[in-house]
Amino acid sequence: MSGDREAILGRIAEALREEAPRHHEHVGNGRHASAAPAFQQWLPPVGASHAARLELFSQLCEVLRTEFKHCANANAAAKHIAALAKEGNWRRIALHAGELNDAVAAHLPPTLDLMRIESGYDRDALESCDAGLTECESLVAQTGSVCVTSRSSGGRTLSVLPPHHIVLARENQLVADLTAAYAELAQKYGSSYPSFLGFISGPSRTGDIERILVLGAHGPRRLTILLVP
Amino acid sequence: MSAATQFHTDADRTTADEPRRAFIRKALHGYEIKRDESKAAFSDWQQARDAAAAIKYEGVNRLDAYLREFEEKFTARGGKVFWASTSAQAREYIQTLAREREVKSIIKSKAMTSEEIHLNEALEQDGYEVVESDLGEFIQQLKHEPPYHFVFPCMHLKRDEISALFEKELGSAPTDSPEELTMIARRFLRRQYLKADLGISGANFIVAETGMISITENEGNARLTTAMPRIHIALVGIEKVIPKLADLALLLPMLAIGGTGQHLTCYNSMYGGPRQEGEVDGPEEFHVVLLDNHRTRLLADAQQRDALHCIRCGACLNVCPIFKNIGGHAYGTTYQGPIGSVITPHFRGLQDWKHLSAASSLCGACTEACPVKIDIHHHLLHNRRNAVAEKKVWWERIIWFGFVQLMSRPWAYRLSTRFAPLGQWLHPFLQNSGLDPLHAWTSTREFPQAATTSFGDLWRARKVGSK
Amino acid sequence: MRVTLFVPCFIDSLYPGVAMAMVKVIERLGHEVDYPEGQTCCGQPPFNSGYWDEARAVAERQLAVFRDAEVVVSGSGSCGAMFKVFYPELFAKTAQESAAQALSAKTYEFSEFLVSKLGVRDVGATFEGKVTFHDGCHGLRELGTKAAPRELLRHVKGLELIEMGEAEACCGFGGMFAVKFPQISTAMAEVKCNSIVETGVEYVVSNDSSCLMQIQGYLSRHSPRVVKSLHLAEVLART
Ligand code: SF4
Repeated sequence: MSGDREAILGRIAEALREEAPRHHEHVGNGRHASAAPAFQQWLPPVGASHAARLELFSQLCEVLRTEFKHCANANAAAKHIAALAKEGNWRRIALHAGELNDAVAAHLPPTLDLMRIESGYDRDALESCDAGLTECESLVAQTGSVCVTSRSSGGRTLSVLPPHHIVLARENQLVADLTAAYAELAQKYGSSYPSFLGFISGPSRTGDIERILVLGAHGPRRLTILLVP
Repeated sequence: MSAATQFHTDADRTTADEPRRAFIRKALHGYEIKRDESKAAFSDWQQARDAAAAIKYEGVNRLDAYLREFEEKFTARGGKVFWASTSAQAREYIQTLAREREVKSIIKSKAMTSEEIHLNEALEQDGYEVVESDLGEFIQQLKHEPPYHFVFPCMHLKRDEISALFEKELGSAPTDSPEELTMIARRFLRRQYLKADLGISGANFIVAETGMISITENEGNARLTTAMPRIHIALVGIEKVIPKLADLALLLPMLAIGGTGQHLTCYNSMYGGPRQEGEVDGPEEFHVVLLDNHRTRLLADAQQRDALHCIRCGACLNVCPIFKNIGGHAYGTTYQGPIGSVITPHFRGLQDWKHLSAASSLCGACTEACPVKIDIHHHLLHNRRNAVAEKKVWWERIIWFGFVQLMSRPWAYRLSTRFAPLGQWLHPFLQNSGLDPLHAWTSTREFPQAATTSFGDLWRARKVGSK
Repeated sequence: MRVTLFVPCFIDSLYPGVAMAMVKVIERLGHEVDYPEGQTCCGQPPFNSGYWDEARAVAERQLAVFRDAEVVVSGSGSCGAMFKVFYPELFAKTAQESAAQALSAKTYEFSEFLVSKLGVRDVGATFEGKVTFHDGCHGLRELGTKAAPRELLRHVKGLELIEMGEAEACCGFGGMFAVKFPQISTAMAEVKCNSIVETGVEYVVSNDSSCLMQIQGYLSRHSPRVVKSLHLAEVLART
């Protein structure tokens, strides 16, 4: 059943017979939009070098209240997670299978329970985990975002349900801007995209009450990005 | 009571509430500071607006082609599309689906379309528990009040009011901490996510190229709503379509900056289909309900078609002096503020809703703020013209007839300027009485003293003098 | 240059001094001023009320009056915008379309005329006092006039310009809006006037007399202290 498809498409076609004026080309100071807008050039500059972009990314993380840390290797990343676990009295973290995840998990202290979700999971169990450990598609310098997908980052829920989201990323996963992130996704997946693509820019937040920033509205209160070479 | 009378009554009441107006003003001032910071980071904000407008122009002006493309791509990946001409059709589809799939509990993330079609009421009548998960919407739902602002639903409420509401409805302990209040809602809603078997969302964009919808939010409630229940329904206006996935690289920042002033909102998520082969979670079923509900009527008005470019960022409300002073509820519409005043007459009838177009000083702050450059305030002017072309008001007609007689006859006009001082000399005798023609002005403001000699007469005297 | 003045109806009868001040400034700069008889109103009141046929009837009159003018200068950004922006739309696809476009092309708001057309910034004025400047919305957003009046004020000897908070916020006049929705209009005036009073100035200056009518109207009734409103031309006319 597709409802009133033909009627709606008919009304649209009828309505579009008259061409609409391009108000936006006159509104304001009479500028004209270019026909094929390469809009990236109007967005915030990102710097040309990898180092500049990394610096920008790290600045934005600070603004967004994301914890961003360089780690020398998987072992160091595991150490950092262990320290977080100790500080927060974590009992269990959830993770999905992945090259980087597995490399890091191998170094985690045995006292920390690991809940693997790749072959299905119990929601209540996931909800009660202290953190979710995921990989990502890319990090976006211009916006300080992490690009996750249901294929690269353990489905839809792992990165949003536990109160602390830890992302593992490789240094070469840093891209300039959202355009570059989309281009990479297109190249990697062609026409068979994962069912969920997301850009995460900082921990969950709300300002709904008196515009006062509160972290951890529904999603994670904390977001940690660990960068390994 | 007619919508216009109600509007006058409500606006008179809310403009008299100075503390609340100051509260709103302060909140929106904070927004402006943040927005300006984010705008300033752009290499060229104005060019970015042009580019964003061009994308929306393309989407809306080839709407049929892009909707077809979306449908094809989306269904190829297991999604279902339902086309609803009316709000009743949309409601029925969702109600039937809920019944057939034996749904018990429904969680919703923010969707203005659902306010538009009064979906919650219909589902509640069917006996479902329907819970709004966006914090602001959740608060408004508990308060049994529509959103005050379509981006900041409860921006008019102070923390003590919210605390009292939670105490009454949820039995929580009173607190004056926004953080604690947020956590009360978080704890309550967590249980709902785990329990819900149907998640209903809106969408900010429909992507034709890849058959996806895109949802923007800060809290993560939409992500949970679209991840956990076994069925996901997105209720989306047909005008939301954009051609390409990568167009979002511009539109997502524009939406964030216009909306909250952030350079990018916390979660920007794109969904193309239900759970796919090899994925660990996600809904078994994903339906997109494409809602017309008179959008095609607006589409047919070529001059105002760009009003469908709206990405519902809320920027025009945030800068609107009318909104700031009368508040969101006085509009009596689903979509408040300048854009609401433009589109509501198309959706719900011009004669019944033309008063919103009249209730504007046409200052143009909205148009200047709009990230997709909709000619908002001129459309208010066009609505006024169209309303008159359709049906003139008899007494207005008399006034303007008289005005034309006076202003197209210089001698009559000149005579009137000579009588003006006399009229003003008589005015104090009428002031504050029902007969005072200037009452609407003089009840709150002084009227200037008419000059005893008009400029025209001064000029003539000067010319004679210099000869 | 022969400068043709457009003196909108309400300036003519309520604020003749504003038009006189414009004459003074323009003549002081060595230009000839002309005031064609027969001009009345730009037609904005019916236009903004949706009565475009009636607006056209009045506007036609102005098209005829200003046909032979070289440049037309208006003391109100709002009425100037009517000529410049809205006449072409009002007369689109009518016999007078080209006449409307011609008038549009040669119309200037007063401050923009001085700065952009004449290239003058210092008109040789002296004015002792602290002033703040209110941007009329039509001048600001329809005509894009923001810098010109400030440039002119900055060159006035003795004058101290203090910007108010939210200078670009509307005063709430809006023509018929002010009487159709007096409560909303007054609430807007209140916000505007608070910003003005907070600056501590003695004068509020604008390039639009219609805004000043609203602002002065509110201040006279409610302001805790005297703040006087003046049109930009009245400031520039003082020596
Ligand atoms: S009209 Fe423009 S500013 Fe207003 S909500 Fe829509 S997109 Fe935003």
